[in-house]
Amino acid sequence: MLIAVIVVPLFFAAISWGLPSHRMRSLVLPLGSALHLVLSLLLISQPLVRNHDWIGLDDLSRLVLLVTALLFFACAVYGFDYLNLRSDRDNHIMVSCLLVFLSAMTLAVLSRHMGLLWVAVETTTIASAPLIYFNRNALSIEATWKYLLICSVGIALAMLGILFVGYAALGTGPEVSLQFDQLLTMAGSLSKPWLHAGFVFLLVGFGSKMGLAPLHTWKPDAYGEAPGLVGALLAGGLTSVAFLAILRGVQLMGAAGDLKMAQHALLGMGLLSLTLAAIFVIRQADIKRMLAFSSVEHMGILALGIGIGGLATFGAMLHLINNALTKGSLFLAAGNIQRAHDSKKMSGIRGAMSRLPLSGGLFLAGFLAITGSPPFGPFLSEFTILRGVFGGEHYLIGTLVLILLATVFIGMGSTVLAVTQGEADPTLKDNGFRDRFLLVAPPLLLLLIVLMLGLYLPEPLNRLLHGAAALIEVQP
Amino acid sequence: MAHLSNFCLLAVVLINFFCLGSARLGACIQAVALQGALLALLPLSEHGFSGHTLFLAFAAFAMKGGFIPWLLFRAIREVRIQREVQPIIGFVPTLILGALTTAAAFIFADYLPLLPQHHDSLFIPVSLATLGTGFLLLITRLKAITQVLGYLVLENGIFIFGILLSEAMPLMVEAGVLLDLLVGVFVMGIVLNQINREFSSLNTERLSALRE
Repeated sequence: MLIAVIVVPLFFAAISWGLPSHRMRSLVLPLGSALHLVLSLLLISQPLVRNHDWIGLDDLSRLVLLVTALLFFACAVYGFDYLNLRSDRDNHIMVSCLLVFLSAMTLAVLSRHMGLLWVAVETTTIASAPLIYFNRNALSIEATWKYLLICSVGIALAMLGILFVGYAALGTGPEVSLQFDQLLTMAGSLSKPWLHAGFVFLLVGFGSKMGLAPLHTWKPDAYGEAPGLVGALLAGGLTSVAFLAILRGVQLMGAAGDLKMAQHALLGMGLLSLTLAAIFVIRQADIKRMLAFSSVEHMGILALGIGIGGLATFGAMLHLINNALTKGSLFLAAGNIQRAHDSKKMSGIRGAMSRLPLSGGLFLAGFLAITGSPPFGPFLSEFTILRGVFGGEHYLIGTLVLILLATVFIGMGSTVLAVTQGEADPTLKDNGFRDRFLLVAPPLLLLLIVLMLGLYLPEPLNRLLHGAAALIEVQP
Repeated sequence: MAHLSNFCLLAVVLINFFCLGSARLGACIQAVALQGALLALLPLSEHGFSGHTLFLAFAAFAMKGGFIPWLLFRAIREVRIQREVQPIIGFVPTLILGALTTAAAFIFADYLPLLPQHHDSLFIPVSLATLGTGFLLLITRLKAITQVLGYLVLENGIFIFGILLSEAMPLMVEAGVLLDLLVGVFVMGIVLNQINREFSSLNTERLSALRE
């Protein structure tokens, strides 16, 4: 079953490549994704699953698998209608790369071997680069090049980090393995300087993939130029997977008794990300770039949660789900708004709610959710993280975070309100695009889940979150 | 076999300098190909002949020494690129920076807490120096294709370090890493072609429409 969940999307990717009709290829996307979702849910509900110890499931991977499978399914349903709308453009590459991307993300989540994890994450970079280039114009090629180069070089550094961790193990015994569980058990005897260097490189490498400042520079470009559903998958899915890779490093540091050092590093990068995002999100006239900076902000919040530890770690786990699903909803709604106005700039969009009541409303509600307004899920998770911050008596950090969150709220609010509110500007050309069921239902579903998470946390999910947080906080 | 390793590693350093100082793109690609091919000897000379090292040597030789350079040559043929490499800062300053980086790598490696068997080996200093060279190439060159070369040199540096650990790396993973590199360069080649079509030039200076 573990193998199946990785192979099924690949299989559908191969089918879609061979299909002759545009419409059928678009249909393969939701079909493959639905099967992947069902398999994932079955897997998640099972007790500990192992397979030759190269791939396996713990609570952390269960959590990320749940998020990616769900988000991808919503994007795939959206993608069916989206690709049919854009039938002028060949969808061979789009559909098969999306499915390969799903398979690589799943492999990265399931892998329990550091080398395999690296291979999977690098594969996600390669598979997603063509997706960013879907629109085939000068801006998207520029974004693709930056993404490909920055992420490849970043990931190369993560490889160096993995090798350093391996070197730390080299003097300790006859058998050296990069298998994760073995590394965890022998963590106490690893050579400290090499382990620390390894963690720093892992953080920098996977951090560039996740978009932690100051390694986030590809993010606004890639999210801005990619189609809405690709932005949703990158901002919600890929960042969570990269975060998981960093958490593997944190687990190792924890097992070696150096959790504090790892937490300090994450705390520093988290605060820097929050600050930079708050600066750049103000007066951001491009709604998708604005969402990208919001993504940088939320990566900062995730890192901050782990960096503080304790209750905040639990909050970060909860925030991982909330951020992924809300970002997914926002990007899909932003895609609809861009389609209706042929623009993603404030100058080209007025009164989105009067032209697209559902997409515009979703965009506005998503904005309220992502900035942490009650009763949505992110409010609960950000509040939990802040409780952890103040509970740990980090008053200065807590105040700083509150100020930054408020800045982001005001900065994003001015753009979002100007875009959604008011009358549709009659001088702006109407291209006849209106809300369509399949383009609105997926983001609506995602936002409803986020709303539910703010009001009620189901018991199995609560247990899963506690299990995941406990894995990170484990002490030798 | 330590002699052979040291010879290869010194040649790798010389090739680093050649890449930093050369103005001709084709020669640079050939140099990186030669560097890759030399690296393929290292697993054999360091760990002796076994199924694992033979596979690694052969795969590295085929990919780094053959396939990837072929892809790059094909890319520059397709875009009919001019010969010059176009540095942002001149060749002499780059070379001096390269020499400083290499010297720093050798001094730094002396202070690292190395295992006794690696104290006198050139692996770690050369790996660090090659990493530094890769970064210099990435930062100081304008053409997108030279940035790919920088990325490859950087990867070579990591590969050298990885040889020390090749017993911990299962074959499947080694193969996966090399395959990722190959596909990555292949995709970069396609993107290069598109950049050229879109901008009629490969200068990354033109890639600056997206900024704050």
